[in-house]
Amino acid sequence: MPTVDLAQSTRRELNGALHALQKQDEGSSWRVENPAGQHALACGLDAPVTVEIAGHAGYYCAGMNQQATVIVEGNTGVGVAENMMSGFVHVKGDASQSAGATAHGGLLVIEGNASARCGISMKGVDIVVKGSIGPMSAFMAQAGRLVVLGDAGDALGDSIYEARIYVRGAVKSLGADCVEKDMREEHRAELRELLDAAGIGADVGVDEFRRYGSARQLYNFHVDNAAAY
Amino acid sequence: MDSDNIPQTLPRHSATFDPYTISEIRRAAASGIYDIRGGGAKRRVPHFDDLLFLGASMSRYPLEGYREKCATDVVLGNRFASKPIHLTIPITIAGMSFGSLSAQAKEALGRGASIAGTSTTTGDGGMTPEERGQSETLVYQYLPSRYGMNPNDLRKADAIEVVLGQGAKPGGGGMLLGQKISDRVAEMRTLPKGIDQRSACRHPDWTGPDDLEIKIEELREITDWEKPIYVKAGATRPYYDVALAVKSGADVVVLDGMQGGTAATQEVFIEHVGIPTLAAIRPAVQALQDLGMYRKVQLIVSGGIRNGADVAKAMALGADAVSIGSAALIALGDNDPALEEEYRKLGSTAGAYDDWQEGRDPAGITTQDPDLAARLDPVAAGRRLANYLSALTLEAQTIARACGKSHLHNLEPEDLVAVTIEAAAMARVPLAGTDWIPGGGGF
Repeated sequence: MPTVDLAQSTRRELNGALHALQKQDEGSSWRVENPAGQHALACGLDAPVTVEIAGHAGYYCAGMNQQATVIVEGNTGVGVAENMMSGFVHVKGDASQSAGATAHGGLLVIEGNASARCGISMKGVDIVVKGSIGPMSAFMAQAGRLVVLGDAGDALGDSIYEARIYVRGAVKSLGADCVEKDMREEHRAELRELLDAAGIGADVGVDEFRRYGSARQLYNFHVDNAAAY
Repeated sequence: MDSDNIPQTLPRHSATFDPYTISEIRRAAASGIYDIRGGGAKRRVPHFDDLLFLGASMSRYPLEGYREKCATDVVLGNRFASKPIHLTIPITIAGMSFGSLSAQAKEALGRGASIAGTSTTTGDGGMTPEERGQSETLVYQYLPSRYGMNPNDLRKADAIEVVLGQGAKPGGGGMLLGQKISDRVAEMRTLPKGIDQRSACRHPDWTGPDDLEIKIEELREITDWEKPIYVKAGATRPYYDVALAVKSGADVVVLDGMQGGTAATQEVFIEHVGIPTLAAIRPAVQALQDLGMYRKVQLIVSGGIRNGADVAKAMALGADAVSIGSAALIALGDNDPALEEEYRKLGSTAGAYDDWQEGRDPAGITTQDPDLAARLDPVAAGRRLANYLSALTLEAQTIARACGKSHLHNLEPEDLVAVTIEAAAMARVPLAGTDWIPGGGGF
């Protein structure tokens, strides 16, 4: 396994080497030692490879990821997996604000908690947070699924579009135009798939979750709704 | 005197409650909602027309108009980017989205800009093949909404413009009304068709200049430090905003005055937030000079650039380049008097049509209606834009030569005077015929 020690090498050298990986490198695994909370680690990858980061990462770790699996064996700063298109990002610790922001695809799993604005403007990504999420999460979330095993902070799903949210714990408050919705069979099925993908066993049942989504009342501006904004 | 023979005064409109204001009160009373329109500030503000050039005479030596070279090229983004942009002319095309504009209009912008040797800029909603295909140099806007944002397009771009705001609505997000959300626009923006598409006013994953510095690092890492990174802001506090953009690592700062257009926002926002372009340039240049970054971080100024004199004046005040949006649309065919009958049916008139948000533009430019959009021939419209850019450049060169300058970048504030006290204070050049520069002090 190639190892890059960031105590000896620069971030540019690391990312440059990872960007050089191609389709034919599929299955190769890289390890990053001494990340020391550096920003923009393993961002912009576009190859079916695995990168293990042995420690904490700073802002925008695995940003705009395509195809790659990025495993962070610690906490991440703001915007982990922001604008991810595909692939898998796994945070073993906690994530700071804006985890998975604007991401279009792939799966982001956070073992710990995620701070405010988790899944903000998400556009198709799946996010599974095993802990709790902070306020204003899934703000203007357009598409994708956000699964939270813990609690959700204030204003969950404010101005949400077509994303779906599943929360197992308490929701402090819902944002504008976000409402609780029925859990139908197709929702139970997709939630089970997401839990399985995140490595969560059958001891966590889908019926423990509630589903939230858009009431679609603010999709077209109407003066009678002005107070909602 | 017979009371019947007493002359009556003429009906007199109030300067405060003028006919437009009264019509707006009536409209608001009927609808209960603010007015939305496209374009930039329409109010009179101090502008480039309030400045004049001091051509050469005894104390200055002019260049021969048709013989001696006056260069116009500009390099943008050579602070950090390994592949800076080199444009033939210093007049770029501002960011305008596919969605607000038709695909034909975007293609025409690309065609015209490429003929002229300059760049176009994407806008909210992502990059279209029409635009990338026809734009030799394309700047990819990185906006708060991140609609259509993907790393593949980022890598295809020649530069990246991180948009903090625009002159028509600094501090505000965007709104593309449902009428313009066609199947294609909806798909590019990952939104249902026909809904009002809101664009956020703040970026979702950074707040403030310290975060922006890290965000720019990420963009550079993703694109292997090749692309110039611009930071665009609406003009409000230009000295501090430019200084912070430089601190954040920008290669280029784009500053958009309140006359700069938008696809759609509230009239009250357009007319009452932000400062005139003329007032923004000198503080921005001062910030660059104070940081020792003048000409190292390039400054692009936009908002109300109409002719070569405006280009030359903006550059004399210190801009490295200018950007045009509204004027480019007019060159394509927007507000064409030949369409007067259709504008009247829409309750407007040629030259004043600004309900771009409705998507019913008879010129086929600010619409997603396929029949209307098909009216715009992108080849012919692109040619008109190229012609217009050529005229702007020739005009600016004419003035520069008259001032004895062998490059547009050699124009300087010393070449200018103002004809109003306000313009003199804003542009920090003397009132004509005096050595008096009003104002002073800090920003």
